[in-house]
Amino acid sequence: MERKIVLEAKELTRKVSSPEGELTIVDGVSLAIGAGESVALVGASGAGKSTVLAMLAGLDLPTSGRIWLDGRELTGMDEDARARLRADRVGFVFQAFHLVPSLTALENVMLPMELTGRSDARQAAHEILQRVGLGAREGHYPRQLSGGEQQRVALARASVTRPAVLFADEPTGNLDTATGASICQLLFDLNREFNTTLVLVTHDTTLAARCDRILTMAAGRLVT
Amino acid sequence: MSSRRAAVLLGLRSLGREWRSGDLAVLFIALFVAVAALTGVGFLVDRIDRAMQLQASEVLAADLRLTSPDQISTTYETEADRRNLLHARAAQLISVVLKDEATQLTNVHVVTAGYPLRGTVRVSDRPFGAPQAAQGVPAPGECWPDSRVLAALGAQVGDVVNVGAAPLRVTRVLISRPDQGSGFVDLAPSLLMNEADLPATQLIQPGSRVRYAALFAGDRRAADSFSLWLQKNKKPAERLGDIATISPEVGSATRRAGRFLAIASLVSVLLCAVAIAMTARRYVQRHLDLAALLKTIGASRADVLWVCLTQLICIAITATLFGSLAGFGAQFALLAVVGDLIATELPPPGFMPVLLGFAAALLLLVGFALPSMLRLARVPAMRVLRRDMGPPPLGAVLAFVPALLAVALLVMQVSGDMRMALGFVAGLGAAALSLMAVALLLVAGVARLRGRLGVAWRYGAANLARRRAESVVQIVSLGLGLSALLLLTILRGNLVDDWRARVPQNAPNYFFVNIPTQDREDFRGMLSADGGTLSRMLPMIRGRMTQINGEPVAARRFVDGRRGEGLAGREQNLTWSAEIGPDNRITEGHWFTAEEAGQPLVSVATDMQESIGLKLGDKLTFDIAGETFETTISSFREVQWDSLQPNFFLMFPPGLLEGAAGTWMASAQYRPTDPGTIASLVRRFPSVSIFDMDDLLGQVRSIIDKAVLAVQGVFIFTLLAGIVVLLAAVQVTRDERRYESAMLRTLGAQRRTVVAGVMLEFLLIGSLAGIMASAAASIGSYFVSTRLLEIPFRPDPLIWIGGALGGALLVCIAGYIATRSALLQPPMSTLRYG
Repeated sequence: MERKIVLEAKELTRKVSSPEGELTIVDGVSLAIGAGESVALVGASGAGKSTVLAMLAGLDLPTSGRIWLDGRELTGMDEDARARLRADRVGFVFQAFHLVPSLTALENVMLPMELTGRSDARQAAHEILQRVGLGAREGHYPRQLSGGEQQRVALARASVTRPAVLFADEPTGNLDTATGASICQLLFDLNREFNTTLVLVTHDTTLAARCDRILTMAAGRLVT
Repeated sequence: MSSRRAAVLLGLRSLGREWRSGDLAVLFIALFVAVAALTGVGFLVDRIDRAMQLQASEVLAADLRLTSPDQISTTYETEADRRNLLHARAAQLISVVLKDEATQLTNVHVVTAGYPLRGTVRVSDRPFGAPQAAQGVPAPGECWPDSRVLAALGAQVGDVVNVGAAPLRVTRVLISRPDQGSGFVDLAPSLLMNEADLPATQLIQPGSRVRYAALFAGDRRAADSFSLWLQKNKKPAERLGDIATISPEVGSATRRAGRFLAIASLVSVLLCAVAIAMTARRYVQRHLDLAALLKTIGASRADVLWVCLTQLICIAITATLFGSLAGFGAQFALLAVVGDLIATELPPPGFMPVLLGFAAALLLLVGFALPSMLRLARVPAMRVLRRDMGPPPLGAVLAFVPALLAVALLVMQVSGDMRMALGFVAGLGAAALSLMAVALLLVAGVARLRGRLGVAWRYGAANLARRRAESVVQIVSLGLGLSALLLLTILRGNLVDDWRARVPQNAPNYFFVNIPTQDREDFRGMLSADGGTLSRMLPMIRGRMTQINGEPVAARRFVDGRRGEGLAGREQNLTWSAEIGPDNRITEGHWFTAEEAGQPLVSVATDMQESIGLKLGDKLTFDIAGETFETTISSFREVQWDSLQPNFFLMFPPGLLEGAAGTWMASAQYRPTDPGTIASLVRRFPSVSIFDMDDLLGQVRSIIDKAVLAVQGVFIFTLLAGIVVLLAAVQVTRDERRYESAMLRTLGAQRRTVVAGVMLEFLLIGSLAGIMASAAASIGSYFVSTRLLEIPFRPDPLIWIGGALGGALLVCIAGYIATRSALLQPPMSTLRYG
């Protein structure tokens, strides 16, 4: 069955200025990712993976090229419009978890829903924390949770809005092998359960191998 | 729930944790201390300022004094009643007072109940006795002559004397009245009596020379508005007096003190600003990640701003509330210390300083915190992936314009003086920019040295150089704070020296007026025999200026309307002298040479020059005892009126006016061997009026003492504020230091080495800031002294040593207190939990 394209990029280029002159860190990247598909973006450090991820998610704009997310062109939007689109359609998981330290696990998960004005934020957050196995710890602050638990909260926060696309940047990079494996399992379970498109940047070959597709980058270009 | 509400809720939810993490606590403390300092100083300045106004009013015995050669209409009193102002009447006439065969020409003061409205009449139960405050005024049928009248008449308390046709019983001895004047107009021996007895004296006849006065006092605003009303409605012959026109000595001291206190409050404002800017900057640094995360999960720029603004507003409200309360309390604590030394009771605290505290907190936050906060909204969401990405730097306009505007508005509010406001803001801007340039050079210099230093020094210097921007900001902030303190120290020294120099301990304490020319030498001899030293003896004749360059004075329009008219139109005391006193300085032209003796020349005081609008070579015509003299202005003199020496607006060369009938006046340092000596002096020279200046000196000294105390009080407060700013400055780098300390100790550094490195960094920051502050303060105080306060500038080399050592010591102590727990925390706990 032909998948509906949920994320598409055409001729993405990103240049930055440096003391040595202008550097091209992403060079003519084009790709299309279907709904529910899982894609791993791999490559050596400095290959431009995270920059592509940031541009696909609307966190950064390309110097040239165009991006469509869920049918809407990201590259034509201002910063606030891109933020609104992310609130509705995008989830994130980071290597460093990025939980708000002053909020409990439950409040961290509620946050993106509150920003979109959802009234059932507490209930939804409670349910998904149960789902990721942290029902008993929803009142704990990030500091009181282990690394794996923090990443589960982050995963719950990223999934609770049922995003069209979930971006993950080295989601297991800060975790030991066993914990990493369990987070990885949870990530794919949720991907399947919610039919979310998964785009992840990783050095972890096991994790990449579980994806439907692997895209390899080198020197700012897609090589496979 | 709207995204805005979610942002506000997030801000509120995070408050507790933010507080515990220290950021908001530091912001709170900085704002709290800033507001406390500002309102504390505000309360104190406000109260002392009002007390000074009252004190100055005492010299008039009222807030407003309307004088007239004719009886004053009662409509003014009706209007004063309508405005809830107190009023009283006084009249002054010269009359002979008699007892048996003895007579004495006396300045008779006739007053109504309520007199004086400001200040105190002092009386004694015997001539030249110890003064005590009088209750009320003499009852009808009674009078209070002064010691000289009694000495001349040989009368005692209880005797009956005749004032005109009215027999009055002496019930007290008048020692001083508040409005006896510090000029030399009101010089004859005095007697105080009740207005009810005036008709019985039969002294008021057609052609009698009487000076009537209506006195008004009350709420300052009501008095000010009544003053305007009187200026519009008074008759042309009536003169309205306030402190500036009637008593130049007290006026100038009050003005100078007021300006100094205003500058002292401005320094507190500056410290507030430094503290807020530093803590806000740090707050923003710590919230960059949160802002990026919020944007990543869908928050708009405004939402991000609202999270922080919510916290800022909460902190601002509570800090301002508690700060105002603390300022209110601190003012009482300060007054408890100096209360005994402030002779008069201070008026109750007003509400204005609290409003000013709130307004100041808002302005400081908008000017110094908000621009940094705006950067949060511009953090790229990309920062969640690349932590090195920060918001674009604050543009120069956003970084400086709101801050300078906030300071300008505060300065305007505090000083109420546009010129001072602009000068202060320009000086502040220039100081900040120069400090920044110098700090950059110094930091770069220290960085070059690091390779040649030991481990601890290298670590300290490396810290300084690695955080170059932060170091520069800290050095500039501390430098500004320190320079404010040092500036105050230099100014305080200059001001106090200046005041001391102006009212020296050996200022003359007696004035003798109406010394007949032929008795001059006898008088001098008798005074010397009793240990008195004449400090100045000048002739004194009365005269009136009639024309300026041929134009009648009455037809002339004056540069400084009312004052000019008063100075030119009234009967003047004139003198001549071959010598110019040390308290007179020629500003234009030259003093009379020996060859110019007898020439029709005149030297004019600069006050008169400015008020009337005169220039060298102008022709002034005088009527002296019916004879007309046309003179040419040959010089202008700046007169130091508060030297308490006899001084004159108009001085002529010798040999011009000797023919005119006149007497001599003298000032002297004189401690009579016993009170009887004065009485015998009066009997030997009956026409001579004797004035004990100790009372007037006491009044002037008391004002100066209060001003100095107020300055010291404000200075202590500013010093406290400065120390807290230093604490805040050190506190904001606490987390970084904790992490570094943990890293170094993990790598094997001894605790001693880590502490020494950090302390050396503080030592460098403190001493660099101190040296720069000394330079800035020396330059700043030169301008403030010479341009604003108009006092001589005396450079103080100790400031440089004090600045460097003080800066280093303060920063080291504050730094150690603030970072001790961070440096001593077990490394594992830091590395594990952050």
